[in-house]
Amino acid sequence: MVLLIDIIMSGLISGSVFALLAIGFSLIFGVARIVNIAHTAFYMVAAYCIYFVTQRMGLHPLWGMVTAIVLVTLLGIIAYKLFINPIREHHGAVLIATIALAMAFQEVMGLIFTGSYLSVPKLIQGYHVILGVKVFYQQLLTFGAALLILAGLWSLLMRTKLGLAVRSTAQDREVANLMGINEARVAMMTMGLSVGLAAFTGAVVVPLTVLEPHMWMHPLIMMMAVVVLGGLGSLKGSFLGAYILGFAEALVVFLAPMGAFLKGSVALSIMILVLIIRPEGLFGVSFEEER
Amino acid sequence: MDLIFFYLRKLFNIIKNEVLVLPSRIIVVLFFLFLLLIPLFTSDPYLLRIFTLTSIFAILAASWDLLSGFTGQMNFGHALFFGVGAYGAAMLNKYAGIPPWGTIPLGGLGAVLAGLIIGIPCLRLRGTYLALTTLAFPIILMGLVFAFPNITGGELGISGIARLAKSRVADYYIAVVVMLGLCTIMWKITDSNTGIIFHAIREDELAVRASGINTTRYKLLAFSLSGFFAGISGGLYAHFMRIAGPSTLEVSMSFQVVIWAIFGGIVTIYGPVGAVFVLFPLMEVLRFWQDYRILMFACVVLLILLYMPDGLFRWLREKIEKECPRCKIRSIATRKTCRICTAQLD
Repeated sequence: MVLLIDIIMSGLISGSVFALLAIGFSLIFGVARIVNIAHTAFYMVAAYCIYFVTQRMGLHPLWGMVTAIVLVTLLGIIAYKLFINPIREHHGAVLIATIALAMAFQEVMGLIFTGSYLSVPKLIQGYHVILGVKVFYQQLLTFGAALLILAGLWSLLMRTKLGLAVRSTAQDREVANLMGINEARVAMMTMGLSVGLAAFTGAVVVPLTVLEPHMWMHPLIMMMAVVVLGGLGSLKGSFLGAYILGFAEALVVFLAPMGAFLKGSVALSIMILVLIIRPEGLFGVSFEEER
Repeated sequence: MDLIFFYLRKLFNIIKNEVLVLPSRIIVVLFFLFLLLIPLFTSDPYLLRIFTLTSIFAILAASWDLLSGFTGQMNFGHALFFGVGAYGAAMLNKYAGIPPWGTIPLGGLGAVLAGLIIGIPCLRLRGTYLALTTLAFPIILMGLVFAFPNITGGELGISGIARLAKSRVADYYIAVVVMLGLCTIMWKITDSNTGIIFHAIREDELAVRASGINTTRYKLLAFSLSGFFAGISGGLYAHFMRIAGPSTLEVSMSFQVVIWAIFGGIVTIYGPVGAVFVLFPLMEVLRFWQDYRILMFACVVLLILLYMPDGLFRWLREKIEKECPRCKIRSIATRKTCRICTAQLD
């Protein structure tokens, strides 16, 4: 029973984190066809931002969250303008530009904060005991905030004019352009939105993890697996895929021997099994080949 | 005697009429000579070590180009082939006692097997799906490596395997000659009929299938060929470093290959090779600023891409050579007319 609650909590938390990251990643891929490897690097930068504001400047964690989200979103837009926009037509070049960006962020953070493990105080202290298991309020907060933001994003995409523009650009860039949508601006705003999501994820999850400059690698891989599993460009797919992989990881960690080493392998094997049966992912639309 | 003179004259004619007319060909010949003659001028072990490693990674980058550049099957998990080659060679050497000249090709064959295993589920995927899926395979294998530490050595890897050769210079020559040979073979493959089909698959798979060509078979062939070359480079690496560790399977290894290849210019073979010969020694030079090394590397890559998004070596080649608009044959950029058909070059 104790184990079950542990598994559920851990699965819910990592599932929400993967869902937030994957939706941001597939947004910018859908709109601008950018495979943004640096996506989780922004998440890492946000986490370090919070560390700086709370530990070095001694402010309340809430301020840390706000500054992290604002600063990282700005950073994302600047990086997009400077390094990605000029070479957007060359897909290969964009790809390694984002890898290089991620490496640069990792190194800068390593230089400023050193490579050692750091941690950040929780936003709300305390825990509640459910059937003999400590469930920290921070865990519940992370989960709740993730759901809230996902709901907000859903209504932004489905109910507003900006969302309509984003969706139509994702569907067909040329036609969207012909309909009078400023495609370049939509791409930039989507970049801001996607990086903002990454920053938010970093902000809510950082009290539960340790900070180190390489912390972007594992989420990056899981995020990509989620995106492929759920189907590129499908919000519902990313959402469901994230929880599937999150729970798979949690189950392996708590139940299998050597689980901590195998958690990535098992989750990724599930993704590959699904792909063998459904090559376009769970909810992906198998659209005509782009020629 | 006459026969020898005949071949000498033929060689002389080829050099005069085919090689000396184009600066890029002269550069390639000079590059070959330079690599083969370095040990005559220096026996500095550090320098030789860098060039040996550079050659080994050049094979890896070129094999990525064969699969992802020419055939268009974006592979983000190229470290899988490298790691399988390295671990295969190391295990065969350590547990079966086979000497390096046997383990390296066998490791390459192991990588071919890996290529087939990942090729079959990946055949139905294309583009970004394929890229993101292939990323998963080395990580799965790495999980297995950590889970069975008594066979694979876990985090420490398999150490204490046989040396490639007795001396540094011999190591160097083995790596360089294998590199030059394999890269020439890869270039020949891309130039052959098979290579044209690879190229066509990348441009328009549907049209190739419509022309009655079994694209599945050719894609699997591309996976196995690329896997074989990458596996050989992995085996060479394991025997040269005398250790096969999990670092050969890391995500950063896969990304490194992609950076090298795209930086040099894909769909060329010479581009990735040249890029490794620029970027790998650059990393060694940057060792003087240890803390800023990777940061500076990333900045160099970013800045060069801003100005040459097609890759460094393609950009350079465009600068020194022009393509004839009529017969599509290249001439040196200083000429006013094409060297073959005398059409005006602009």
